[in-house]
Amino acid sequence: MAAEKRVVFRSGWLPWVLLAPQVAVIAVFFFWPAGQALLQSLQQQDAFGTSVEWVGLQNFQRLFNDSSYFESFKTTAVFSVLVAGIGLGLSLLLAVMADRVVKGAMAYKTLLIWPYAVAPAVAGVLWLFMFAPSIGVVAWYLRVAGFDWNHLLNGNQAMALIVMAAVWKQISYNFLFFLAGLQSIPKSLIEAAAIDGARPWRRFWTIIFPLLSPTSFFLLVVNVVYVFLDTFAIVDASTHGGPGQETSILVYKLYYDGFKGLDLGASAAQSVVLMAIVVAFTVIQFRYVERRVNY
Amino acid sequence: MVERDKLGRTISHAVLLIGVLVVAFPVYLTFVAASHTSEAIVQAPMPLLPGGHFWENIGKALTGGGAQAGSKAPVAHMMFVSLVTALGIALAKIAISLLSAFALVYFRFPFRQLFFWAIFVTLMLPVEVRIAPTYKVVSDLGMLNTYAGLIVPLIASATATFLFRQFFLTVPDELVEASRIDGAGPLRFFKDVLVPLSSTSIAALFVIQFIYGWNQYLWPLLVTTDETMYPVVLGIQRMISGGDAQNEWNLIMATALMAMVPPALVVIGMQKWFVKGLVDTEK
Repeated sequence: MAAEKRVVFRSGWLPWVLLAPQVAVIAVFFFWPAGQALLQSLQQQDAFGTSVEWVGLQNFQRLFNDSSYFESFKTTAVFSVLVAGIGLGLSLLLAVMADRVVKGAMAYKTLLIWPYAVAPAVAGVLWLFMFAPSIGVVAWYLRVAGFDWNHLLNGNQAMALIVMAAVWKQISYNFLFFLAGLQSIPKSLIEAAAIDGARPWRRFWTIIFPLLSPTSFFLLVVNVVYVFLDTFAIVDASTHGGPGQETSILVYKLYYDGFKGLDLGASAAQSVVLMAIVVAFTVIQFRYVERRVNY
Repeated sequence: MVERDKLGRTISHAVLLIGVLVVAFPVYLTFVAASHTSEAIVQAPMPLLPGGHFWENIGKALTGGGAQAGSKAPVAHMMFVSLVTALGIALAKIAISLLSAFALVYFRFPFRQLFFWAIFVTLMLPVEVRIAPTYKVVSDLGMLNTYAGLIVPLIASATATFLFRQFFLTVPDELVEASRIDGAGPLRFFKDVLVPLSSTSIAALFVIQFIYGWNQYLWPLLVTTDETMYPVVLGIQRMISGGDAQNEWNLIMATALMAMVPPALVVIGMQKWFVKGLVDTEK
């Protein structure tokens, strides 16, 4: 802790009472289960839970030799790259445009921020409804145009579906932060460049874009975390990880193996791997991301 | 803009308009689907203009009068469950975070740093990475299919605790001294000085956490098996089953619309707090 209070209250028991609710919740629902996951990842249980034996790192060995786990890693990576790339690109475009207009900027902002309020699961249902092969209206018009859409059979199309839903849901968040970043760039810098004869396109790449890089990097990390953790609902609502395992992202596989497959050891090992990934992200976020967003 | 650039401005407006329309299209289509009979939707392509059955469908969904293959539970009750859960999560989170931030900032006691880090570490343990063991804890405590099971495991919050801690550190020490001279104890100071001063942060946090609570999906999916405990976001999922044609899409879409309205109203109605909340919780 960097800053400290000079003046404090004195009491032997009060701080403990104040901390008790938070500490009780994190102990029971965070640390205990996380500890259990660590333990179980080193154990092997039979399906009835009658016998437990210590197997060391076998669960992890099994996991890393499992080609479907690697597929799931690859799927998650592709999914993150697509969602972060497309999502950041589109919202940066919209934010730059909204920063340029004088009239109606507030109205555009209001009209673009509300998808944040839509639950990922509902977003999944909405996009599923548009693209369902037999009833989806977009799927129907695509077929009329000669493009055969069936994400139940085609893995790439299933991936496209969840990418669209995930980008749609996240665009408002990215947009708000990009807009704030753009508005915090001093106008004098842009005017100076304009006087030197730089046209808007050039000003964007030589001044605005570099000055936005802290915001962009911050959003990149947030978006990747979003894809890793919050898109479970989108996948479960629209593709159920299918066809086959083509859209089975890591969290979906973890849920599926733990609850449908009932393989506790494998599921715990996956939990531990995922925990390590989340820890890495958090460290990146706190160490390298400079938050220079001003309102 | 620096220079007067009529063409550039027109392009900006055009891009923004297209953006707004594309973003709004899925929701428009939801509204259209919610206003037709299920037969009209199943006949491809479905109509693109609203029909006349909107309120009828909303009513049918609310009371659970559908004939679909999946769940037929009344949506009115699901909305109630969602409301209780979202309010419970938001308010409890704010309450316990205010208390623990107060303890961490205004008192000196053994293991203070340890508690600080323990709360911090929970940031790295989202429910998604510890699904099975957390489920086991909740089930051992007999909290499956209860409001407590839906709410309590989600109320710990490192972000909210930090936010209040950061804010408390900026509160001038003179206020503590002044209230001491006036004879106020720590709890009195907390209630009459600190909480009122934090009201902006509380409002901002409330908006974010209400949406977070309302939109929960994975957690309710694990801890509720009983139709009467489904929050609406999960309930929509349960209404969909089997082939496309067996579903009453008009009712499903009416339900989706109702699931979107409360959090959307909160975002638009409390836009200022929403934006502040988003920025604060990322610091």
